[in-house]
Amino acid sequence: MAIELKMPALSPTMEEGTLAKWLKQEGDEIVAGDIIAEIETDKATMEFEAVDEGTLGKILVAEGTENVAVGTVIAMLAGEVEDISEAASAAPKDDVPGEGKDVGRPESSGGGSEAEIAKPAKKTGVKDPEIPHGTNIATVTVREALRDGMAEEMRRDERVFVMGEEVAQYQGAYKVTQGLLDEFGPKRVIDTPITEYGFAGIGTGAAMGGLRPIVEFMTFNFAMQAIDHIINSAAKTNYMSGGQMRCPVVFRGPNAAASRVGAQHSQNYGPWYASVPGLIVIAPYDASDAKGLMKAAIRCEDPVVFLENELVYGRSFELPELDDHVLPIGKARTMREGSDVTIVAYSIAVGLALEAAKQLAEEGIDAEVIDLRTLRPLDKEAVLESLKKTNRMVIAEEGWPTCSIASEIVAICMEEGFDHLDAPVTRVCDEDVPLPYAANLEKLALIDTPKIVKAVKKVCYRD
Amino acid sequence: MAKAPKKSAARSPAENPEFALHSLQEEFEKNKRFDASTEQMQSFYEQMLLIRRFEERAGQLYGLGLIGGFCHLYIGQEAVAVGLQSALSEGLDSVITGYRDHGHMLAYGIDPKVIMAELTGREAGISKGKGGSMHMFSTEHKFYGGHGIVGAQVALGGGLALAHQYNEDGGLCLAYFGDGAANQGQVYETFNMAALWKLPIVFVIENNQYAMGTAVSRSSAETEFYRRGTAFRIPGMKVNGMDVLEVRQAAEIAFKHVREGRGPVLMECETYRYRGHSMSDPAKYRTREEVQDMREHRDPIEGLKKTLIEQGSSEDDLKAIDKDIRKVVSEAADFAENSPEPDPSELYTDVLVEEY
Repeated sequence: MAIELKMPALSPTMEEGTLAKWLKQEGDEIVAGDIIAEIETDKATMEFEAVDEGTLGKILVAEGTENVAVGTVIAMLAGEVEDISEAASAAPKDDVPGEGKDVGRPESSGGGSEAEIAKPAKKTGVKDPEIPHGTNIATVTVREALRDGMAEEMRRDERVFVMGEEVAQYQGAYKVTQGLLDEFGPKRVIDTPITEYGFAGIGTGAAMGGLRPIVEFMTFNFAMQAIDHIINSAAKTNYMSGGQMRCPVVFRGPNAAASRVGAQHSQNYGPWYASVPGLIVIAPYDASDAKGLMKAAIRCEDPVVFLENELVYGRSFELPELDDHVLPIGKARTMREGSDVTIVAYSIAVGLALEAAKQLAEEGIDAEVIDLRTLRPLDKEAVLESLKKTNRMVIAEEGWPTCSIASEIVAICMEEGFDHLDAPVTRVCDEDVPLPYAANLEKLALIDTPKIVKAVKKVCYRD
Repeated sequence: MAKAPKKSAARSPAENPEFALHSLQEEFEKNKRFDASTEQMQSFYEQMLLIRRFEERAGQLYGLGLIGGFCHLYIGQEAVAVGLQSALSEGLDSVITGYRDHGHMLAYGIDPKVIMAELTGREAGISKGKGGSMHMFSTEHKFYGGHGIVGAQVALGGGLALAHQYNEDGGLCLAYFGDGAANQGQVYETFNMAALWKLPIVFVIENNQYAMGTAVSRSSAETEFYRRGTAFRIPGMKVNGMDVLEVRQAAEIAFKHVREGRGPVLMECETYRYRGHSMSDPAKYRTREEVQDMREHRDPIEGLKKTLIEQGSSEDDLKAIDKDIRKVVSEAADFAENSPEPDPSELYTDVLVEEY
């Protein structure tokens, strides 16, 4: 059987080229790896190497021919001796559709229409578990709640371990891992060198290898050195492997502005990570959510970015004392019911929104406060549901306004809630500057309660 | 099999008085070639030839537009993957590499059909057509990719090794990377932690002389890559990566060291890729004579063929192997060309494992 030799492409974008030179002649013996011809484009010259062996039969395109289309049969190769006459005389067959260029993507049947693309089903009707009547309610700090969540999961599952800078002997740079070394030992509470890219990679690899790592970043500002592993290694692998390779890792640590630490230590990465398919992004506010969502994050089969807030670590909240307090990922929480306007917030801004709602109530404005809790997947149903009820919305976010979670919510309301809007959806964010150090400038740059109150009055036409 | 030791401050590498950086190389120098049986050599020959023919075919399919994007061929480097992987314990040890990954997968015995079908972006591909040439995985074979970011596989490999140590399963991780990746910072971050924690990992630098188009002497202050672990007290080995028996012998020594719980090894395999960095590289940074010289005098397949014939195999035996492999590769190519593309409904699957 004679083999057709076809004009090769040097790159996926090449459509034609010059057959510059034949290095083998009709009747020459060819072995795999021999260079048969030279192909040229305006950008490069490339050698055309033989894959099959045999005898070169008829040359169909003479050397020096320009504008030879990729996929054109340029010569015939006889595989066995008896094929030579066939190869010498054979005319090329008609080109097979799909061979040559850009195969298998016929424009007519590409399946590009929206109706044909099945989006994943979203779980509906998932609610926080009911707290049984008579459950004791304790008062704990967010710091303790996070630690207790990790410790409970470490007791439950041998595969869970914590690694990061100062997590073990120092008891945590912010004391979130306090006591874990004593209980679980150095095998499961691992102090790393200051080497974020490296240990984020090791944590991610350990998850690929079947463990359940919790990787602590001293702050998420330093995770920028490791963001390649969070995104390219952790988030994309399940998809790229067709669902074979899971990566159940939790990246956690304080995120966003602390106090007076300046621009490089004060950024909210929520919008960055929330833009990445393949990641779960959680940003809790109070102790109950911190614990319940931490436990859910550790059990989750997907990679999780868990954004805490240093300024909230020390705050105390009520926490139901349950044996296994696990909360659903991807569900917002209504922190305060209201009928006049919705304030959507997450993380530290929830506290500011609740304070604003309290002040607004005194002025006769009844604000609903929604805590997103999870930034990806975003609970847009909860947002739209509340919008339907109040017809007005303000998003409060401690972070920059441009390309923010607030921007995303505005887009969702425009696309899917337009008919319910009585006023423009409004963002209240930090100022669009690197965070300054000076106390007065820092205060000016950050979101605060008065800014939220002002925006709410504006959308209620009460300013 | 040796259990991995527990980490403790008292046993940190810096406190080890018996540290000997050159011990492995010295042992290797005593006898560099693995004493293989004829069956073993034939098996190496078969595997290397399978990689060679598969890659040639992949190059051809790329030229025909059936394979898109980037396609990095392993031609010339076959002895490295075959020599090392033949020494692994199947089902126990893990392997991770970069984007030039077809050869490592074939050396693992993964079906050429599903690899080729991934290259052509078909549903039957090992990643359902969603990964492509650079992103292929087989958890069944403990092959963890297939990573497109230069050097990322080194830190990820450190994590796989940590999992072996944590589970005390006696396994090790083989992490391959190139001379180009050897200049990435995370490689040294990983060296440090691997040595500090005595992780069971063999770092293999496949030095094919060019980081894309940049010769090692133009990119690297220290071109003796096996020395690059010195600062971390990681013993180095320098191996002729064009001789499968030398690679296999080096693997025996390195794996023994690692399995005894003595921490990582850095192995440099000097090799050469005949083709460009990727299919779209015209390779103008080196002469045709240089490539031709390597092909004629140091080719790993021709080299082993010579040894096989010296030891009594006949030309006909080897021709028969070649014929069988051509058939396997042809079938893989046909399968890859004729399999359907992924269904549009696959667009949104596998983004997340769970539903929320």
